[in-house]
Amino acid sequence: MESLEEIKARAELAVPGARIEIILNPSPAQQPSLLLDNAHAPAVARFLRDDPALRLDHCSNVTGVDWLERTISKKVKVKTVVEGEEKEIDETQVESFPGYLEAVYHLYSMTLKHGPVIIRLRTADRGDGARLPSLTTIYRSAEFQEREIYDLYGIHFEGHPDLRRILMWDEFTDHPMRKDYREPDDYEYEPTPHDDVLEKAKQHSQPRPSIDGAESITPA
Amino acid sequence: MSVGFHELAEAPPPMTSRLDGELLEISMGPQHPSTHGVFRMNVALDGETVVKLKPVFGYLHRNHEKIGETTSYLGSMPYTDRLDYFCSMTNNWAYALSVEKLAGIEVPERAEYLRVVLAELTRLQNHTSLLGFLLSDMGAWGTPLMYAFREREKILDLFESLSGSRMMCDYMRFGGCRVDAGPDWMERARKVVDAYPRFLDEFEKLVVSNEILIARTQEIGKLSAELAINAGITGPMLRASGVNYDLRKVDGYGFYPRFKFRVPLGDHGDCYDRLMMRALEMRESLDILKQAFEQIQPGPVMNPKVKIRAFKPPIGEAYGRIEGPKGELGFYLISDGGARPYRYRVRPPSFINLTVLEDMCLGHTVADVMVILGSIDIVMGEVDR
Repeated sequence: MESLEEIKARAELAVPGARIEIILNPSPAQQPSLLLDNAHAPAVARFLRDDPALRLDHCSNVTGVDWLERTISKKVKVKTVVEGEEKEIDETQVESFPGYLEAVYHLYSMTLKHGPVIIRLRTADRGDGARLPSLTTIYRSAEFQEREIYDLYGIHFEGHPDLRRILMWDEFTDHPMRKDYREPDDYEYEPTPHDDVLEKAKQHSQPRPSIDGAESITPA
Repeated sequence: MSVGFHELAEAPPPMTSRLDGELLEISMGPQHPSTHGVFRMNVALDGETVVKLKPVFGYLHRNHEKIGETTSYLGSMPYTDRLDYFCSMTNNWAYALSVEKLAGIEVPERAEYLRVVLAELTRLQNHTSLLGFLLSDMGAWGTPLMYAFREREKILDLFESLSGSRMMCDYMRFGGCRVDAGPDWMERARKVVDAYPRFLDEFEKLVVSNEILIARTQEIGKLSAELAINAGITGPMLRASGVNYDLRKVDGYGFYPRFKFRVPLGDHGDCYDRLMMRALEMRESLDILKQAFEQIQPGPVMNPKVKIRAFKPPIGEAYGRIEGPKGELGFYLISDGGARPYRYRVRPPSFINLTVLEDMCLGHTVADVMVILGSIDIVMGEVDR
């Protein structure tokens, strides 16, 4: 199979206006991925599926990833002039990365028996902007898996033929796989909250749980 | 194929229209004996013909993936047993393979052979019990299932004496296997494998050319190769539609390139082909097992460099997959350098194979739905996770 750079160049040529970015993967697995822009994602996916040299006809795995909004504080030495004298002082710079949700598709070719080519789509934010184009019309195997992402992560897949909750029940309102998800105080068994339940409800005003090592990841 | 037990004096008139113009909607499951667990289908029937079918999931949902994100890498290993509780060995392997990819871990030779042996034994017992369940669904109540379970028991005994547990084996570790198999275990396993063809011959004689079975399965639930590929169908179900895609050949993971075996392919993609695919694959598994018993050499079963405690793979992500008995079983892991995975995802073959359930059932009678569902081979522990 051709390299990811070649695939990117040919896809950008075939789909005018598409912006594709290569996301490197530092792990020994050697599985870098392509980040597609949302507007052209279905066209690029169609190209990847139908191109005679690629024929990535098997969309094996579709999954969501939640990237919380996070800040990284670094100590930087800055030169400033203090009382007419140039000095180096330590200053803390805070860099913040906005949070987003991601859908990851693992594509293989059953015809030519190669792969994987991994494509990623990112939402604008984790709130109302959590919308992505659906690839179900191109890969039927995404049908249930996109429904699962909608259910557990809350990404709206536009153009999905049947976007409903799949694992949680229909009346459920939250998205349990999000990193800042808190389980509800009571499900259906406790109509009037008291004692333990009220104690638990107080925790809701506290800040989000810190996630083990999450601040050390730098999104590419 | 017609089953001409007796000639009807007068053929009944063909039913061309609905009786009263209304569809009958029924809910099959979740407590249906042949839904293989708690699984429900909302079926709309025109007379006896299925015109719409919507599967309903989630009765066994416990958010396995979230639990995987809150525990250590090794802590998820026993929990993978509970995904597809028929095939805990292959679940272990798929997870171990993904973590080994993520952290770049080598596996000793004997451990790779043991993994192949155990995966093929798992495939044998999964396919055997599937044939029993499928016949049970068709109304051959009890006897074929008990025949199948008798053989499965022998393999479960092997698992028990090796790992301490019959179904929840928790046997594999990152960089090898938990314990070595002694020479007497190998001898017992070899005896089970040598005796297995006799059971297969007997079972096939009883089942494969049975007239009622043929009438119930041939031309039922046909799946075209194009749809199967597009819908991400994998495993015996894909190969029954004639697509030559077996990860043991394609990816060549483990030591599978060292073994000679064939990949059986179907022609029609109907329930009968899917059933036969299992019977034929078992013969190939026996071939692999015989070769493995000859090739396996003594040696270590664990890579001594792997840290068991405080195991922290480097930052990055990996997707590893194996050919499970039900299809492509994959694990997608993202590491943030910590002791717990940032993202832990299971690619469940039986869940994705259900995508085409409606396509296969449309136009068939409601009695065929159970046969079609049975021929997909699902386990709800994996579908709902």
